[in-house]
Amino acid sequence: MGLKIIGTGSGLPGKIVTNNDLAEFMDTSDEWISQRTGIRQRRILSGSETLLELSTKAATEALQDANTSADEIDLLIVTTIGGDYKTPALSCLLAGELGMNCITLDVNMACCGFLYAMHTANAYFGAGMAKKVLIVSAEALSRLTDWSDRSTCVLFGDAAAAAVLERADHEPVFSMELRGKNGWEHLHATRGTDNCPFNDFENNGFLHMNGQDIYKFAVSSITARIHALLDTCSLTIDDINTVLLHQANLRIINGAVTRFGHPEKFPHNMENYGNTSSASVPLLLHEIKGSFRSGDKLILCAFGAGLASAACLLEW
Amino acid sequence: MKEKVLDIIAAYKGVDAADIATDKPFNDIGLDSLDVAELVMQIEDACGVEIDITPELNCIDKLVEYIESK
Repeated sequence: MGLKIIGTGSGLPGKIVTNNDLAEFMDTSDEWISQRTGIRQRRILSGSETLLELSTKAATEALQDANTSADEIDLLIVTTIGGDYKTPALSCLLAGELGMNCITLDVNMACCGFLYAMHTANAYFGAGMAKKVLIVSAEALSRLTDWSDRSTCVLFGDAAAAAVLERADHEPVFSMELRGKNGWEHLHATRGTDNCPFNDFENNGFLHMNGQDIYKFAVSSITARIHALLDTCSLTIDDINTVLLHQANLRIINGAVTRFGHPEKFPHNMENYGNTSSASVPLLLHEIKGSFRSGDKLILCAFGAGLASAACLLEW
Repeated sequence: MKEKVLDIIAAYKGVDAADIATDKPFNDIGLDSLDVAELVMQIEDACGVEIDITPELNCIDKLVEYIESK
């Protein structure tokens, strides 16, 4: 038993923040940011916009695309570093918006969230516990970003993207790794909003990242995950039609291309959205799926806080 | 070792190895932090060593000295 992606959707904030917009209030420039990251602009939640609104739009679009009604969904998984509330979970709120009454759960696996949700969905399909699963990856990195730190705040954006998965015959292959203690300090965000007088835990709530260490981790993880999938399936990169990598930084994608060749197989859209954590892979999928043909072999691959990396090889 | 490291950096930058200043900070020879990370990975593979990137390793000479001490 396996799975098939039968619909996708996206929900984006209305506000577009260009590199030039950032240069108006910090010491940076479009040239500096775009040369180092490939990013030209990002979408940011503004005014009264919520992550729930983006999630609802993405989910509704994906359900329509899949010609599926909300009551056909057996499991709703939301992947997010943090929803609009610490509790209830964003998946609970979204189920309410969509009029769903099924099992819901939030997965916080940072940039790997969508891949972990696919893995979970596949397990539900295999156990006979679900026929259709809705995954919504919704992230508001702007809430974690230190907007006085020009080395990190230029990198991230907010977005939601969704996919409807159906139980099918094509068994996907997964490769997952969690390094846990080894390297978590290179990429993390503290809890924030904690005024307990009995502890001195570092707690400004901001995201911290060591760019060089994360670059090495990202490129080595991508290489290891893709080789693991290809070895398991006795395939080579020549047999793969498209590799959808987590859209963190164009330099990381170039690092993957250096090792695998075939730049045409590594599409990217981070120039328009920045790094949107777990939303990036399904957002890219939503944007380019029109170019896929039935039977295409796709690799989806992500890496991020944990440190964790995950990849999936599936047939379209 | 220095020749090997220089060859990797020259190929990455697309310039002649003889034209690269080995005692100047990476930033001054047109290599930003992610360039250095990528080059360190390539040098690790070529030389079979693991390199911890620290602020002290800020030029080619110091990088070579570090590798030779491993």
